[in-house]
Amino acid sequence: MSLLHFAIISPFIVALFIPLFYKLFRSIHTGWFVLILPVVLFGYFISFVPLVRENQIVSETYEWMPSFGLNFIAYVDGLGLLFALLITGIGSLVVLYSIYYLDKVKEKLHNFYVYLLMFMGAMLGVVLSDNLLTMYMFWEFTSISSFLLIGYWYHRERSRYGAQKSMLITVFGGLSMLGGIVLLQIIAGTASIQGLIEQRAVISEHEFFLPAMILILLGAFTKSAQFPFHIWLPDAMEAPTPVSAYLHSATMVKAGIYLVARLSPVFAESSVWLWTVALFGITTLFWGSFNAVKQTDLKGILAFSTISQLGMIMSMLGIGAAALHSDAVSDQLFMVATIAAIFHLINHATFKGALFMMVGIVDHETGTRDIRKLGGLMTIMPITFTIAMIGSFSMAGLPPFNGFLSKEMFFTAMISVFDMNFYNLNSIGVLFPIVAWVGSIFTFVYSMILVFKTFMGPLQEEKLDKKPHEAPFGMLISPIILISLVVVIGFFPNILTYNIIEPAVASILPTILEPGDRIISKITFWHGPTLELFMTIAVVIIGVLLYRLWPKWKGIYAIFSEKWTFNRLYDHGVISMERGAYSLTSSYMTGSIRSYLVYIFLFMIIALGGTMWMENAFTVDTSENAPIRIYEVFVIAAMLVATVITIMAKSRLTAVISLGVVGYLVSLLFVLFQAPDLALTQLVVETVSTALFLVVFYHLPPMQRHEKTIGFKLTNAIIAGLVGLMTALIGISASSTKLFSSISQYHIDNVYTEGAGKNMVNVILVDFRGFDTLFEVCVLGIAAVGIYAMIRLRLSKGESS
Amino acid sequence: MEILMSIVAGLLVAAAVYLILSKSLLRIIIGTALLSHGVHLMLFTMGGLQKGAAPLLGLKAESYTDPLPQALILTAIVIAFGVTSFFLVVAYRAYQELGTDNVEEMRGQDADD
Repeated sequence: MSLLHFAIISPFIVALFIPLFYKLFRSIHTGWFVLILPVVLFGYFISFVPLVRENQIVSETYEWMPSFGLNFIAYVDGLGLLFALLITGIGSLVVLYSIYYLDKVKEKLHNFYVYLLMFMGAMLGVVLSDNLLTMYMFWEFTSISSFLLIGYWYHRERSRYGAQKSMLITVFGGLSMLGGIVLLQIIAGTASIQGLIEQRAVISEHEFFLPAMILILLGAFTKSAQFPFHIWLPDAMEAPTPVSAYLHSATMVKAGIYLVARLSPVFAESSVWLWTVALFGITTLFWGSFNAVKQTDLKGILAFSTISQLGMIMSMLGIGAAALHSDAVSDQLFMVATIAAIFHLINHATFKGALFMMVGIVDHETGTRDIRKLGGLMTIMPITFTIAMIGSFSMAGLPPFNGFLSKEMFFTAMISVFDMNFYNLNSIGVLFPIVAWVGSIFTFVYSMILVFKTFMGPLQEEKLDKKPHEAPFGMLISPIILISLVVVIGFFPNILTYNIIEPAVASILPTILEPGDRIISKITFWHGPTLELFMTIAVVIIGVLLYRLWPKWKGIYAIFSEKWTFNRLYDHGVISMERGAYSLTSSYMTGSIRSYLVYIFLFMIIALGGTMWMENAFTVDTSENAPIRIYEVFVIAAMLVATVITIMAKSRLTAVISLGVVGYLVSLLFVLFQAPDLALTQLVVETVSTALFLVVFYHLPPMQRHEKTIGFKLTNAIIAGLVGLMTALIGISASSTKLFSSISQYHIDNVYTEGAGKNMVNVILVDFRGFDTLFEVCVLGIAAVGIYAMIRLRLSKGESS
Repeated sequence: MEILMSIVAGLLVAAAVYLILSKSLLRIIIGTALLSHGVHLMLFTMGGLQKGAAPLLGLKAESYTDPLPQALILTAIVIAFGVTSFFLVVAYRAYQELGTDNVEEMRGQDADD
């Protein structure tokens, strides 16, 4: 196990010791112990930057389950490193923020930090594993730890609901993804991503290609909250704000993005991939930004904004996959979408993390997140206001912040579909820039709502639970660092391009580069009066108008009735599934013995009859049969009469005696068929059973016929008749088909020489097959003990329970 | 003869199934007793009927009936007897405790009762 492996699993190891620290050092906030780890890891991963910049790849193999070919391959390239830096960097800031956000005394900190570290380790594992199965393991770890973190305040009903919802949806996607991974492994014979990329030609030809792609995309879309699986993310906002900032804006929801980016080289040969990813992305972008506007909860706005921005990144990855297509001329133009996706991924992590922390501060200092209660905080909380303003303006895509640059590149990427004259992109693809542009207008509107509704206007102090004041400095450190990054990246974007973005793009598009070639991405502020610039200007103008006229047009949201939202669909789906399963079970599990016997007998009839009919198994062969003699016929006739009397008997005594008659006639049959031992035993047993019936005679209930309806009797009669028919048919067929002679000749020959007896049946019972007899004796003994216990042991209800 | 015996066994089984499907516990027990008769006859028939003398070497016959099915049936008779008598006592105790022999009324109570 190398240092790299150790780094990946180190959060799990540290998590083991957190409860210990929590118990031992009650006076120190547990977060301080935790903080060391992500900072150290961040430094460790920074040390990979010079290597990766030269397009070198670090790969370490640890043989985990070699017999299955399942190795834990830690693999660091541009894309993995970018994510690892995001996870550890933002992780450090979130831990720092949580130290001031969560109370040392009131909160169960050991739980919180164990879950958080578990998540951090899982996320590092997802982005740094080359083996898809290992990655899947870590993937589910992120689902579980996210579930635990959302339900952190488990006494709240909404938290539990949100946790359950996110669990159901992401685990549904995760399991689908596992199916896709298994299919890929079947096709290519390996689960290693690099191995899959090498065999992409084989994969794209295979019949499993499309199922594998759909299943993998299901995993990515559910995790990254893409339309229509986005519904869990707004409900996940019940988690503590540091969790929302970390998991639900910067890292976990980008796991799906990571997966799509990582597997693009494998799947991008197909136009289905390009279209699906791009269309779902652009739909999510529009739907998320459209719905964000109507939210009244600050975290609700941010949740939908995250959905929208994730859709934007996803759509750019889809368009960027065009560059991989063999028909496409290798041109920098197609690559711009991928560059923009990576750039926006970083930008989004910075400003969204800062915005969530800002909302947490507002919540912490005023006691509410409802924008209808907030307002006028600008002068009271100037630093928080500055953070909110820079973050929101960057999110809206305004200069001079980093969001502006990525928004411009996003438009460039969307416009580039005009130049793609394959897959119908230049005809239907026209929709992409238009939808992107409309989505950006809504993005502008909610960004303005976020900052102005919270900080401008009149202060409504009577509605607030607390007297608002500026947050403590410790809480402000993390958002200030993130927001400075927003500004720094905004002014000097190219510090990132060379070190981070170019290697990351190189790992998404590995096949289009010649050896030694470099992807050149130069992000400039001013690229002349292009179409993109005019689109941005139009976004600002229309956005300002819409923001001003918000009360006039908010009626259009009433068109989308609450009845038809995806949440309702989900809730109804869950409830009706539960109800359906319940009513299905209670419809056939009636609690009545008779119904279960009916199922058993019906199944027997269908299985046996069906097999006989399909196999054409019914045969009659009378050649070997014994002749019919007159004595037997008489006995049989008498026996049938006695049977009918048993069935029809009104009184208990008649039934018991006629049952005895049947038994005696059976023993008579044994006499006629040369079976003396059987006849004796049957005679004795029948006598004793009849006597037993008579002994308990006075205690037994009178013979009753509980069945009332003729229909009930008729069903029983039909089932009974069919079972009898099956028995008879099978008996006839079996006795007509003698495949080989009996082994009894051995018994007959050796009964005296080997067994020293002349009664063959008895020698078989005690000598040849004595074991049967031993356990038959046991059965009798157990029955006797059971009967004794049943009669003697009288526990009253109180004693027995 | 084998065909006739198969039909007889089938009829016994049919009668037994009819009784087992009824609601009265006593009828169900009688049904199981009839069922065991049917099964024993079927076993006996499948071994082949009337091949010779009773399986006693002292008879010094040319051929004997198959002794193996007889041994099997002997075991089955004893086991069926043990089970039937136990079942009978269970029914007796159930009637004593519950005051009914209607199996439809003998339902498990819900957990919340």
